[in-house]
Amino acid sequence: MNKKDIILCRCEDVSLADVERLLHEGYHTYEEIKRQLRVGMGPCQGQICGDLIRREIARYLKENIESIPTHKTRPLTIGVKIKSIKDGADHER
Amino acid sequence: MNADVVIIGSGISGASIAYNLALRGLKNIVVIDKSYPTSGSTGRCGAGVRQQWGTKGNCIMAKHSIEFFETAQKTLDYHEDIEFKQEGYLILATTIEEEKEFAENILLQNSLNIPARQLTKEEALAIVPHLNPDAFISATFCPTDGHLNPFKMTDAYYQAAKKQGVLFRFFEEVTAIERYNGKIQAVITQCDRYDTSVVVNAAGGFAREIAEMVGVDLPVYPENHEILVTEPVAKMQGPMVMSFSKNIYCQQVPHGSFLMGRTTPGQPSNHDIGSSWQFLDEMAKTVCDILPKIGELRVIRQWGGSYAVSPDHQPIISSVKQQAGFYLACGFSGHGFMFAPMTGILLSEIMLDLPPTLDVSEYDLDRFTQNQKIVKEKSVV
Repeated sequence: MNKKDIILCRCEDVSLADVERLLHEGYHTYEEIKRQLRVGMGPCQGQICGDLIRREIARYLKENIESIPTHKTRPLTIGVKIKSIKDGADHER
Repeated sequence: MNADVVIIGSGISGASIAYNLALRGLKNIVVIDKSYPTSGSTGRCGAGVRQQWGTKGNCIMAKHSIEFFETAQKTLDYHEDIEFKQEGYLILATTIEEEKEFAENILLQNSLNIPARQLTKEEALAIVPHLNPDAFISATFCPTDGHLNPFKMTDAYYQAAKKQGVLFRFFEEVTAIERYNGKIQAVITQCDRYDTSVVVNAAGGFAREIAEMVGVDLPVYPENHEILVTEPVAKMQGPMVMSFSKNIYCQQVPHGSFLMGRTTPGQPSNHDIGSSWQFLDEMAKTVCDILPKIGELRVIRQWGGSYAVSPDHQPIISSVKQQAGFYLACGFSGHGFMFAPMTGILLSEIMLDLPPTLDVSEYDLDRFTQNQKIVKEKSVV
């Protein structure tokens, strides 16, 4: 299968070919790749692409996937409407 | 190894300084970062670029930097889009006092050829129709302000500097700066030693610690400032909407997401860059007040980053009288990203003793030690 058709990040439509290009250019951590390709910045927050990209990094560096750092996780766990947060905060008072 | 200059920090300031030094013929430049490029304040910033400031120093830095951004992709021969968008900053006045202050700011900005102007409420609503008309009384607008992708812009400088022969060392932390008879001898990291007599401190939130390594007491204090980002949606807002009195900035980036931030009052000075629910609550309340329609969007992520705050909220781009060979590009107070082109140009001119593009006395470290009255920038969130 063409590597351009293998999608690693569904939120931002990033392919295996895109990730391999960055690996060849010297971006060897998930965080660096994220900042160039937006992987992990979409609504799923890296839940799909996180391990897939770590596996590609491990393969490229010829290391075990356990030694490749996982991506930084941040709040929120799931998308929440700003207005719901405001209403919740108002309700607290 | 030997180096003619060691730059500490590979955020946009460090990358811009490296590029500009190399461009002016300096060889053997090493940039050291304890992590990867943009891992500090640059990669956590609000990605806005504006010229509407209340002090002359900030106005000039911003204006010249925006002029650079306009052609940066070509100048740096960068292969990707830096996502520069010039759809303005709309700054809301919410009180009569603020409106008066903005009128003075506009006079200053216009005197420096910054094309900002005051708008009535109706004119502002014509530019951003989903503004809550009851949340402000008037506004100022500068059409050439805008947005730029911090990761891409820094990468552009990084790639251009590499092409000029600059050596970058990532995931290496500077642990000491060796001196002998008052002169800088070497920069020590956890895995190497760089013999050099010239060091640039572009360490962002850690600039104070780096300065301490050569016994310089630097008045730069890191403060956590938080941001959130929404899901991407179809384009609905051109300019950055900002209010100092309501403590908010909010912009839709070309990718479609809305980025918004505010200052949590009373932040202690430390290296915390965590996320808080308090920020989320206050941010939600503020944005629902000013831009109610944005309340319908989902927050997908929040984060924090350091403002490296100087006493007057203006940068320090300077040599250091008490330590030969030590140079500073720090204290940007949350605005280092948008000033980076001028930071690189001005500091490289100072270091190489070239005629300065701008009067750099505004940014000299000595302004804090000469008992001068400090003119503090008030146009900040």
